[in-house]
Amino acid sequence: MAILELQNLKKYYATQKAVDDISFSIPEGCIFGLLGPNGAGKTTLLRMITGIFYPDSGNIFFEGKKFDPVKDIPKIGYMPEERGLYKKMKIGEQALYLAQLKGMSRSDAMKQIKEWFIKFEMESWWNKKVNDLSKGMGQKLQFVITVLHQPKLLILDEPFSGLDPVNSNLIKDEIFKLAKNGTTIIFSTHRMEQVEEICNNIVLVNKGKKILDGTVSQVKDDFKEHIFKVGFDTLPEQFNGTSFDVAGSNENSYNLKIKDGHKPAAVLQELLNHNASIVSFNEILPSLNEIFIKQVGQLNPQN
Amino acid sequence: MNKIWLVIKREYLTRVRNRTFILSTILLPLFLIGFFFASVYFSATSVEKQKVAVSDNNGIFKSSFQSGNLITYEFPADVNADNFKEKGYSAFLKIPDNYNSSSDSIALISTKQLGLDAEDKIKDQINSAIRNQAFLKNNIDKKILDSINNIDEDRMYNFKTIVKQGNKSEKSNAALSYGIGYGSGFLIYITLFIYGAAVMRGVMEEKMNRIAEVIISSVRPFQLMMGKILGIAAVGLTQLLIWIVLIVLLSSISGSFFSADALQHAQAMNSTMGMAGNSSAAANFLNARDTFLSANWGLIIPCFLFYFVGGYLFYASLFAAVGSVVNEDPQEAQSLMLPITMPIILSFVIMATAVGKPDAPISVWGSIIPFSSPIVMMARIPSGNVPGWQILVSMLSLVAGFILTTMLAAKIYRTGILLYGKKVTFKEMGKWLFRKA
Repeated sequence: MAILELQNLKKYYATQKAVDDISFSIPEGCIFGLLGPNGAGKTTLLRMITGIFYPDSGNIFFEGKKFDPVKDIPKIGYMPEERGLYKKMKIGEQALYLAQLKGMSRSDAMKQIKEWFIKFEMESWWNKKVNDLSKGMGQKLQFVITVLHQPKLLILDEPFSGLDPVNSNLIKDEIFKLAKNGTTIIFSTHRMEQVEEICNNIVLVNKGKKILDGTVSQVKDDFKEHIFKVGFDTLPEQFNGTSFDVAGSNENSYNLKIKDGHKPAAVLQELLNHNASIVSFNEILPSLNEIFIKQVGQLNPQN
Repeated sequence: MNKIWLVIKREYLTRVRNRTFILSTILLPLFLIGFFFASVYFSATSVEKQKVAVSDNNGIFKSSFQSGNLITYEFPADVNADNFKEKGYSAFLKIPDNYNSSSDSIALISTKQLGLDAEDKIKDQINSAIRNQAFLKNNIDKKILDSINNIDEDRMYNFKTIVKQGNKSEKSNAALSYGIGYGSGFLIYITLFIYGAAVMRGVMEEKMNRIAEVIISSVRPFQLMMGKILGIAAVGLTQLLIWIVLIVLLSSISGSFFSADALQHAQAMNSTMGMAGNSSAAANFLNARDTFLSANWGLIIPCFLFYFVGGYLFYASLFAAVGSVVNEDPQEAQSLMLPITMPIILSFVIMATAVGKPDAPISVWGSIIPFSSPIVMMARIPSGNVPGWQILVSMLSLVAGFILTTMLAAKIYRTGILLYGKKVTFKEMGKWLFRKA
């Protein structure tokens, strides 16, 4: 079942179409990547999903029902790209305040805060102020505050920016744990290697329009160019087969592009017929980064 | 509703627990009262005694001049305009031999200014001496003259004006209503700026810290704005109440010392001055207290609270709107604030007229139009002759006014608070007003 479904969402500003007729749905429990270059309309889209903006037209369905910000907001956690906390407020009180604004009772909030503060080794921070924290520490605090109220839908806008690898992994592990326990996570970024590592499903937007969506493996499959990397004991002399072209070569491997209408098995057959000593044979799938650059570049030829 | 309450609570508590709030709330009344009593004390004790040498060859004034405890008159023969200083006199009063002739005038010669008060007293002495001389010359019995002189001072002191309206008449005191009107108008004027700016800074802080977006994903922008405005209103009321309580407490404590002291002082003064033509200071004090209590506090205090809160609500949302569109540049805030500060300053100007002429058309209109009514109406109310319907219309239009400004400001606020890096013009804000969310 889809936890969130967007239908023909539109949001136009005076000078640009920030979100122009976007539809997709997010299955419950998945980690969903919302990708796009800067200014693609990701933030506007997220602001509509979090009830900050109303769409000009189109519908949002949350858990199968029409999205009602007042009722559904306690089930959503949102960590915006621009982090923000009160600099002069004590950290403990701040966490308590923000959790209560999400509709938690004081005692529940206290319990959750204590749990998370212990988990992230932040117990000593209670009476500190945000001013006293480093940027990375602030980031951790922001993450904790976002998940305190146990949202069913967690929206993270660039959650790893500014974090060192240790803390990055700490938060990544928490994200996986939350996902395992049924939280749906929308993960907005333009860092593709993270998406490949974390996400199950993605949607790519550019200039307010959806370019593609699907599961990560399916998208890769859609954009594969039928190139196989064949490793050899000793590199055979280069030759053009009837079923493939040589697209490139390395020290002891060839990249072979299969011609239309042929199967990988035919390539192997042909190679074996040439007495090539094959040690490996893998398909090269495009990375999301390549797909991203290619797709976005196609639409912005001047870049 | 529950969420607005949480926002109010946070705004209130973070401000009230702030050190500057505690200091300013407690120190200001202490400072004011200290200042007041210090100035009373100094004016009472530091008055210089003046010794005036009078050259009165005809001897007409010798019998009429009364030495008080501030000014003593002596009639030495060997003192003139050149040597009075050496002889220990602070001034020399030269009365020409023929003081009735217009060419020769009475001259007061001193090396430095005696002060307006002392000069007035000396003039009074001369005038009454001349008048008494004239009466005596025209065969008026000295006894009758003395008794007349004694009566009218007391009668004059009890001068009161009574304003009749229909069948009820109220005692009024122009100076008092002027003072109360000016004071409360000024207080509202100052607090509009202080608390308005606090709202603006609070909104700017949330925008700069980028916490606005975090919060707005939990509460409506309107709830956040109203929570802040109401929270700061509560801070303002708290501060006001603490001030009132402290001032009343401190002045009644020190006032009781002061009045006992003043009574003694007054008695001492009386005995040395005889019929100096002044009512005693004790009577003065009691009279002042009576006059003070004669003001219609039952109307003034509720009205003050209403206009204090109403005026604040009218302008606070506008300050919030300005805070929401400002980016990092504080200069921007200055120019954007201009349309808000202008009507407040203009109200102050109208108020200055209204305290003197509470019934002038500009005062009446100024006290009804919500832009200026909080300041101007408070200047008129103490005069006691503002018709009830005017107060009612003024209050209703202020309520309607702040609902309107809050609605308009909320539209600017909800867009501005999430807009970064762009300088917003008034034209754009105008567009936001007429756009659906």
